[in-house]
Amino acid sequence: MHATTAPPEPGDTDVDLRGVRDARHDRLFRYALMACALLVLAALLGAAASTAWGGRLAFETFGLRFLWSEAWDAVNGDFGALVPIYGTVVTALIAMTIAVPVSFGIALFLTEVAPNWMRTPIASAIELLAGIPSIIFGMWGLFVFAPFLAEHVEPWVNDHLGAIPGVGALFQGPPLGIGMLTAGIVLAIMIIPYISSVMREVFLTVPTRLKESAYALGSTTWEVVWDIVLPYTRSAVIGGVFLGLGRALGETMAVTFVLGNAHQLSASLLMPSNSIASVIANEFTEAYTDLHRSSLIALGFLLFVVTFVVLAVAKLMLLRLARREGA
Amino acid sequence: MAGNASLYRWRAIKNAMALGLGSLATLFGLFWLVWILGITFLRGIDALKPALFTQMTPPPGADGGLANALFGSVLMSLMALAIGAPIGICAGTWLAEYARRGKLGETIRFLNDILLSAPSIVLGLFVYTLIVAQTRQFSAIAGAIALALLVIPVVVRTTDEMLRLVPSTMREAALSLGVPQWKMVLQILLRASRAGIVTGVLLALARISGETAPLLFTALNNQYWSADVTKPMASVPVVIFQFAMSPFESWHALAWAGAFVVTLFVLALSLISRFLLARSKVTHD
Repeated sequence: MHATTAPPEPGDTDVDLRGVRDARHDRLFRYALMACALLVLAALLGAAASTAWGGRLAFETFGLRFLWSEAWDAVNGDFGALVPIYGTVVTALIAMTIAVPVSFGIALFLTEVAPNWMRTPIASAIELLAGIPSIIFGMWGLFVFAPFLAEHVEPWVNDHLGAIPGVGALFQGPPLGIGMLTAGIVLAIMIIPYISSVMREVFLTVPTRLKESAYALGSTTWEVVWDIVLPYTRSAVIGGVFLGLGRALGETMAVTFVLGNAHQLSASLLMPSNSIASVIANEFTEAYTDLHRSSLIALGFLLFVVTFVVLAVAKLMLLRLARREGA
Repeated sequence: MAGNASLYRWRAIKNAMALGLGSLATLFGLFWLVWILGITFLRGIDALKPALFTQMTPPPGADGGLANALFGSVLMSLMALAIGAPIGICAGTWLAEYARRGKLGETIRFLNDILLSAPSIVLGLFVYTLIVAQTRQFSAIAGAIALALLVIPVVVRTTDEMLRLVPSTMREAALSLGVPQWKMVLQILLRASRAGIVTGVLLALARISGETAPLLFTALNNQYWSADVTKPMASVPVVIFQFAMSPFESWHALAWAGAFVVTLFVLALSLISRFLLARSKVTHD
């Protein structure tokens, strides 16, 4: 690659000088580009370090208790992360429960069912969903979807699912429209395009001869997908699911709109709650004490660490299939 | 052979059910797209008035426009591109041309992909502690830097991918003529993959134009016209957030109008970049 690093020779002709100059420029150019690449590294480390630094006051004051304390009292300065963590996890779980099977269905449809002329337009339309800004999801969720749920769906959920012993507690509560269930559904819609596009892409990498062998043995399309395609692409499919999870955990605006900003722990999915990202979005500019602000930054640090781990797992899983493909 | 026949029928039923559910899942996905876009367009067009582009954001209950917010969004997005795009292109070039393999290159590529999906609100907190807390002043420049952090990973990735598509014969031809490597990269490779790189920048612009979370506590908001980048500045997404969460009807209407403008812009950008990408692929073949 470094073909122009000709060593300077005695004699100092113009050509030699140019060789030396070019080599120097090449080196400078290379270092300049590398510095930019290192900025990416710095950005990520900086985000982790600065949120850890900004949250040190909270970590020092509350210690590990911060993680499981239910308190969130701005007046008396007592803060804990349990409620936002709970809200984040529950909404993300609802989202995954809906989004994973739906995304799999979409990938199945786009790779096996749809006629060829339909595939690209439908795939593009689903990907368009990923392009819509999250604040639009939030507005739609607050003004259109939540009232719709409150009027038509939640009373029914309350009467029917709420009556089931055991799981019924999940579905009891006033039909407010906003709450963890709504936030989970909106999150699901937002992450479906990410998961389904990864699934579709990796399903297409399965060697045709493998699928044809199964068809030749008399398998149905479903059996080929379930027994051949899915095992072949398993690691990448898990990677896609984790990618969606990472997005769901960190999503801010849409959740802030429909979650209700209520600092309470409740079993019912119909009740409003708070997530890490939405607490930060709602309260950060209104936090007047250092401890309050520091607690919010500490929450940001937790969110960053968790999403980093989830996304790293996603990426490693995706790389595993890519590596096998390359080999 | 009755058992075989019923087994066969069961398999056929299962197959039909699975494929049917797959088709339903696709309809389910498209249904939300139509619903959300339909509502945004209907309510947005209703609220669309020329005043939107000429008047400032109003006090509660009054009529007005989004002129200052639109200006702030455009200015901060352009600043973010001016900061992020060159850094992203340089970093992507380094990955593709100097670090295709090797530990450092792989690590940076890996972390870049994580940065691509990292929660944007954390990047906002990062810029807050880095700049706002130090200068004790919310500012448009801080907002632009937060947005630039979202631009960089998108541009890095597309640049890296696009440069890899350039055939290595092109590099060899240039180098064999004695062209220094930096000249080869700047004048041949980047030119050959220009369309792809521009697409990456457009995609990054599409991504930041609707971003709210990183601006909330960096650029904050401003009810008035301001072109001072060291002061708080309004932006369309933040104004939408503030107005939509308020109890005032007239603010809601403005929020829908803003949502319509942002969505239209983002969708147009993504269509244009798709078109550019398709064209650049054709010329490469």
